Amino acid sequence: MAPSVSSGKHNLDARLLREARSAPGYLIANLVSNALGGLAILAQAWFLSQVIQRAFILEQPLEALAPLLLAILVTILARVVLAYQQSWTSARLAIVVKERLRSHLVTHLTTLGPAYTRQERSGDLSLTATEGIEKLDGYFRDYLPAIFNALFLPVFIALVVLPLDGLTLVVFLLTAPLIPFFAVLIGMATGAIARNQFMEMRYLGAHFLDVMQGLTTLKLFNRSQHQVETIGRISGQYRKSTMRVLRIAFLSALTLEMLATLSVAIVAVEIGVRLLYGGIPFEQALFLLMIAPEFYFPLRTLGAKFHNATEGKAAAEHLYAILDIPLPVQNQTNQQFVPESYTIRFEDVSVTYAGRQQPAVHRCSFRIESGQRVAIVGPSGSGKTTLSQLLLGFLKPDSGRILIGGVALQQIPSEEWYRHLAWVSQTPYLFNDTIEGNIRVGRPGANQSEVIEAARAAGVHDFITQLPEGYGTSCGERGLRLSGGQAQRIALARAFLRDAPIVLLDEPTSQLDPVTEAHILDELHDWFADRTLILITHRLNAAIRMDQIIVIEAGTVVEQGTPDLLRKTNGAWARLIEQESGRANAR
Amino acid sequence: MQGNPLLKLLRLALPFWRGMLLAALLGTLTISSSVSLMAASAWLISRAGQQPSIAELSLAVVGVRFFGIARGVFRYLERLVSHDVTLRLLVQLRVSFYAALEPLAPARLLSFRSGDLLSRVIDDIENLQNLYVRTIAPPIVAILIVIGVSVFLGALDLSLMVVVLGFLLVAGIIIPLWAWQMSHMVGAQRVMARSAFNATLVDTLQGLPEALVYNQIPRLQAMMTERRQAMLTADKQVARADAWQVALMMAVTSGAGLAVVSMAIPRIEGVLLATVTLATIAVFEAFTPLAQAAVHLGVYSQVAERLFHLTDISCAVKDPAVPAPAPAQGHVQFEAVTFRYSPEIPLVLNYLSLDVKPGEHIAILGSSGSGKSTLVNLLLRFWEYEDGHIWLDDRELRDYQQVDVRQFFGVMTQRTHLFNTTIRENIGIARPDSTPEAIEDAARRAQIHEFICSLPDGYDTLVGEDGTALSGGQRQRIALARVLLKDAPVIILDEATANLDTETERAVMETVLEVVSGRSLILLTHRQVLLERMDRIYRFEEHKLVPYLPFKISN
Repeated sequence: MAPSVSSGKHNLDARLLREARSAPGYLIANLVSNALGGLAILAQAWFLSQVIQRAFILEQPLEALAPLLLAILVTILARVVLAYQQSWTSARLAIVVKERLRSHLVTHLTTLGPAYTRQERSGDLSLTATEGIEKLDGYFRDYLPAIFNALFLPVFIALVVLPLDGLTLVVFLLTAPLIPFFAVLIGMATGAIARNQFMEMRYLGAHFLDVMQGLTTLKLFNRSQHQVETIGRISGQYRKSTMRVLRIAFLSALTLEMLATLSVAIVAVEIGVRLLYGGIPFEQALFLLMIAPEFYFPLRTLGAKFHNATEGKAAAEHLYAILDIPLPVQNQTNQQFVPESYTIRFEDVSVTYAGRQQPAVHRCSFRIESGQRVAIVGPSGSGKTTLSQLLLGFLKPDSGRILIGGVALQQIPSEEWYRHLAWVSQTPYLFNDTIEGNIRVGRPGANQSEVIEAARAAGVHDFITQLPEGYGTSCGERGLRLSGGQAQRIALARAFLRDAPIVLLDEPTSQLDPVTEAHILDELHDWFADRTLILITHRLNAAIRMDQIIVIEAGTVVEQGTPDLLRKTNGAWARLIEQESGRANAR
Repeated sequence: MQGNPLLKLLRLALPFWRGMLLAALLGTLTISSSVSLMAASAWLISRAGQQPSIAELSLAVVGVRFFGIARGVFRYLERLVSHDVTLRLLVQLRVSFYAALEPLAPARLLSFRSGDLLSRVIDDIENLQNLYVRTIAPPIVAILIVIGVSVFLGALDLSLMVVVLGFLLVAGIIIPLWAWQMSHMVGAQRVMARSAFNATLVDTLQGLPEALVYNQIPRLQAMMTERRQAMLTADKQVARADAWQVALMMAVTSGAGLAVVSMAIPRIEGVLLATVTLATIAVFEAFTPLAQAAVHLGVYSQVAERLFHLTDISCAVKDPAVPAPAPAQGHVQFEAVTFRYSPEIPLVLNYLSLDVKPGEHIAILGSSGSGKSTLVNLLLRFWEYEDGHIWLDDRELRDYQQVDVRQFFGVMTQRTHLFNTTIRENIGIARPDSTPEAIEDAARRAQIHEFICSLPDGYDTLVGEDGTALSGGQRQRIALARVLLKDAPVIILDEATANLDTETERAVMETVLEVVSGRSLILLTHRQVLLERMDRIYRFEEHKLVPYLPFKISN
């Protein structure tokens, strides 16, 4: 879909209407069935008034009325079919629009990539794509058809009344605008009050959640049993403040209903009085009486559905905020990436996160040779992880360039680049699959013994075999919840299995104790002996065993060299060592 | 206590029967007014058609006006009363479920396998508040209306009454039963299709970086397309069932109108013909919500079953019949403790032993998931232990009252929950009767006093929802102030600084070590921070503790 030119709040309705046009068949079918439904209501009312008139005024026997009763039966059948159609087409319209937006959203998000999804709170995005989109139901299934009904049905009925009875038409035309007029008026008058109350209501409403979430804390301080009384009290206050809001909200509904009822009453009395003096035929009077409520009904319904629309619109706004983010320029070249070497070069690379003043990485330059084992160290927040995001291509440098074997990273199609990489993130993600499936992600063709070998090297094989279902245990959201350390080791097994020339590990041992860490580091050195290994870490013990150390401070490389060399140069690395051992001897 | 969950739920709602009855009566009056309005209008027109004197119509004119206004007023009152009942029920639900769930936390609510159980429980409780409006009220109103209809039509013509009751039976029982059946079948399918899709979606979005690097996108996308298709099919089935329900209600309502008019023609006075027909059609308004009521009844029944299933679990940890006097020294011993959370998952502790004498400072190293938090869970009586002994001052831990045990330990965990209230109250939670001076003193020792004073509202600053306004280091210092205010003899730090960056971690730890002198300290961690100041260090190995000598940096 081409990005919309206008995306302001005022155009939200127009934009949503455009979405509805993506299912023109259902939209039109819904319009038609609503219109025909209106027609059927009129027909039924007319036939019914005929029947009653003939039986009551003309005192015709039942047999003589059979054709009319049959006609009513036919209109009833038609109304049943049309009612089905109205419900079905509006639901289908909503289903099509939701499905389309959902698939659009998912594609958009995967194309935006981790640079965007990383910033969002985990779970928020999937919620937008599931429950958020479901909320559009209120707009497309309830509100939109209600708008069409409110626009067309009264006009329709008025057109039928026009040749029959001018006076009733006048009553209709005078009273109908009052309903939307008062709806807006009341909305404006009560909006401010309701909003104030609403804030208080929300605060009190959240109390229970707060207490439940803090239950363990309360228990630690022996305070949990005292909360029963507090919950009762605060919930009681919540009830009172909610009732204050509702009294106002219901009052406006009452006003609108009164308006509609009184309008119908005016019609009834006006017809009745004329009937009394023979000013209008009976069957016509009865017919008008029956259709009068139908005239006001769509307007009242619209008011009731308005709430559904507000919720749907809020969801839509959230959705469009994401869909309106422009997509990054994709790496265009399609050629295969067959590098001469795996030398990695950062040349004057700078990047600043959106909305930040300070660059996360500033004029960063370094070089990592093929097959070298390199540690990147530095205090937290110094830009280590940003460097890995740049190397992975999730982030694009604002200036400078990254070269792999002499080829600019921008020139390499990302799928091609990833084929040469194994990576373990700081907080690894495990897919909704078995443990084996999760390891096998590294190399789908690997056989069972290779999987086990990788798990053993990552120090997680023993843990897995203790599980009743072993490697077949499912993990991720729905399965066994693994601790951070176990997830880290499974992700590491994945990287072991990958067999890629460049290995990038971001704090792979951050949740492990020193002994386990030492074991894993041994395995890393064995397993990746002839690979380029980049280890991001804040543990000096891990860094010391590497060929090269790159020290990062405030987004810039302050030092690079072998551990020995750096120790002798008395720079940043030497200071780190000193701090560490200084503290050890402080006692 | 076993029994039908719905009945138990209704028992919770029982105290509000007066309000419910009132709301149901008001609901019935609303619909009666609606029906009477139609009847009076129809009668007005019919009678006017006979062209009598205007005086004969005046009553009907008044009736039309009266019922028109009455309908609106009754509906307004009904909504107020029923929402008030709903909210009162919510208060009751929250209080009674909290009281029932409190003893189970955290063992049954926050166990590591079901981190989202708690949020589901909260959702469930909040959901049940609509029990009255959605499922109790509609059938009561419908029954009252049926009685009214029987009386009026019975007086007019018996066979007419029987036929209308027949139609009402279909609208009130058969269609709801059918809707309930459908919601069971297609509704359950939709739930399954949705959750399958969501799982893949979460994999794609939350696992996006891994999915990209490990070339999982094509696989996930294919899976998503397939599951979207299943969801589409299920959605369509639900839409179809909904449409049928609407159509059937329409058929019954209009069919009743047609049947009444054809039957009434030879049977009743012509002037009442329109009245009876239009009134009958209006009666069905009371029966429209019944189908949804049946669907919701099924949902609430499941929700209630889930909740009562939880509260029916006997509490894992019980106080002894004759509790030992509260401990005084603080000598903590684990002796050959073997523990697993449930039979289907691996052992966490295996013949684990540990001895912490009063005033000792010990550290226990272990990777995340190794069993450190389990030690805390057992010590604080959150879980029951079976094999082995835990001694506190040479008495078995389970001989003491839970409150006495918990009073004895000051615990700081990785993530401190701050309540959405003032900083003062957040610290004061540790000792509700403490003076402002005591709270400030605790804050001073936790080295957070100056920061608090720098805030515009000082100790009265609201921390915001779950303390989002504070940094990780500040949160942990507030947690430390809490622990200090509690003045417990044994302080336990369970990865209390793991979420902090190295420098903040060190600063918080320095403060901790300053304030714990004279108390016991059990430090559970996976990082080597200030271990050199500990009396002893252990690490987890094969589910037990072994002594550990910290590494020196080797070059």
